[in-house]
Amino acid sequence: MLSEFYLNLHPALQGLLKGLAVIGVIFPIAGMCSMAERKVAAWVQDRPGPNRAIVPWVAWIPFLGKFLQRIGLFHVMADGGKMLFKEDSLPGHVKKFYFVLAPILAMIPALTTVTTVPFGAYLDKAGAIVPLGLGPLDMGILAVFAVSSLGVYSLILAGWASNSKYPFLGSVRASAQLISYELSMTLSVIPVFLWINAPGRDGTLGLARAVEFQSGTWPGWGGTWFGFIMPLSAFIFLVSLFAETNRTPFDTIESESDLVGSFHTEYGAFKWGLFFVAEYSHMIVGSGIFMLLFGGGWNPLPWVPLATVVDLLHQLTGWAFTIHPLFVGVLSIAIFLGKIIAMLFFFMMVRWTVPRFRYDQVMRIGWRVLLPLSIANLLFYAIAIALIQK
Amino acid sequence: MAVVPLERKPLTLAERTYLPQIMQGLKTTMKHLVAPAVTLEYPEQRPVISPGYRGVPTLVKDPNGREKCVSCQLCEFVCPPKAIRITPGEIPFDAPNAHVEKAPKEFDIDMLRCIYCGMCQEVCPEEAIWLQNQYSMTGLSREEMVNNKARLYELGGTLPDEHRKWDKKKAAEEHGNAH
Repeated sequence: MLSEFYLNLHPALQGLLKGLAVIGVIFPIAGMCSMAERKVAAWVQDRPGPNRAIVPWVAWIPFLGKFLQRIGLFHVMADGGKMLFKEDSLPGHVKKFYFVLAPILAMIPALTTVTTVPFGAYLDKAGAIVPLGLGPLDMGILAVFAVSSLGVYSLILAGWASNSKYPFLGSVRASAQLISYELSMTLSVIPVFLWINAPGRDGTLGLARAVEFQSGTWPGWGGTWFGFIMPLSAFIFLVSLFAETNRTPFDTIESESDLVGSFHTEYGAFKWGLFFVAEYSHMIVGSGIFMLLFGGGWNPLPWVPLATVVDLLHQLTGWAFTIHPLFVGVLSIAIFLGKIIAMLFFFMMVRWTVPRFRYDQVMRIGWRVLLPLSIANLLFYAIAIALIQK
Repeated sequence: MAVVPLERKPLTLAERTYLPQIMQGLKTTMKHLVAPAVTLEYPEQRPVISPGYRGVPTLVKDPNGREKCVSCQLCEFVCPPKAIRITPGEIPFDAPNAHVEKAPKEFDIDMLRCIYCGMCQEVCPEEAIWLQNQYSMTGLSREEMVNNKARLYELGGTLPDEHRKWDKKKAAEEHGNAH
């Protein structure tokens, strides 16, 4: 059996395979995001959007071929191919080593954060939930925050190595903005971890525990997602996420109208593309964490956990495979991915709805509104949780 | 005019959080997300050309198939960017329309120079040059972008003629009734 062969492999090799599999999912989704971005932009602006590129032998398929062409699927390949094959210019005035290093550094934290994010679960023989993930690390959220904030170094490096004024200004903005919003983001998730580290249980910062706490059934608090119990936390986290991932209305870092293109002004071809894949990976991981912490993770609906759905499917159809761990795992990953995609769609809708904040407004919102709000929020929930879980 | 000072109200708390406005905006964006596209997909879908459109200048023939241009060269003189070049020629004596006397031997319009102003059409006493519906002129070389006489007639085709000036003139000549 293939699964036995896999389980007999060296753990390091298993990890490598799993890692490659996850990168194999994240990378295309990040690529697709750029396409979705163009397509959603077009729809919002009452245009059809990119709908021309087609591979000849796909065009021969009736209906489906036409449909794939109209939704612009092959423009992803066309765009990616263009970035691979166009001239990868290296301007004369840049600091070459760091200039090349920056996009590579951008990719590393973007793909590393995935390791501590559980993206699905299956039920073992006893009916207990076993989360699926690359590294079921207990430090979960801590590792995510630690690694994802390294992403700003690549922006600073890119801006500095570009050796010209707009990239430099952009990278200065990036460092200031990311630092200010990191604070409120971190403070906003603490109530969740205060709650899930209930007395009498092992302490953990793992994200799977947060989902476990949101997997209850109807009567009772267990099924309410943390987004309902802690709306302010969720809101602050969401706003900080927009700022951290450099999305409108907080995209003063890129801000093409006053900084040309900011840190990637001097970049082109695939190096430029890497920055964007990194940004979309950040968005994907960020949306994933938001969904794990506040949106119920892989549970399809509030008060309807995964286990209930699997039970229901099994009773309705009577098929044995519906309780097979593989099926449950795939189902949970599908639900989780669906939520992430919904989040990404929300990101794009906000982009075409809200104009960009001025840089001073970004700073004011970060330091004078969100930070005090998140501290007050933390104090409130700390006291409330201390009283409830006494 | 009286000056009406407007009271500038301070923003309410809800307005300062931006949130109601963002929700309103999201509603608008959602509405447009599902609205049908308003753009044309150009090469397949062509825009409707309204009457009076000034496209590529062309030469036209009258309903009898006679070329209307008499190579008076007024358009050549009036053309602001000097896009028109005419080499006048004579109509042979034995031709059916010999009474018109003159016709262009060569007629070139350089579409790289033409500014589509329509002065040639305005000045033409014979109504022989018309700016018609074609709006898209492309070519791969400079030579290709110069419309010669054959191409101009091909583009222009035949337009109805209300005056029949030369027919009347011929009839008058034959019946001794000068105007």
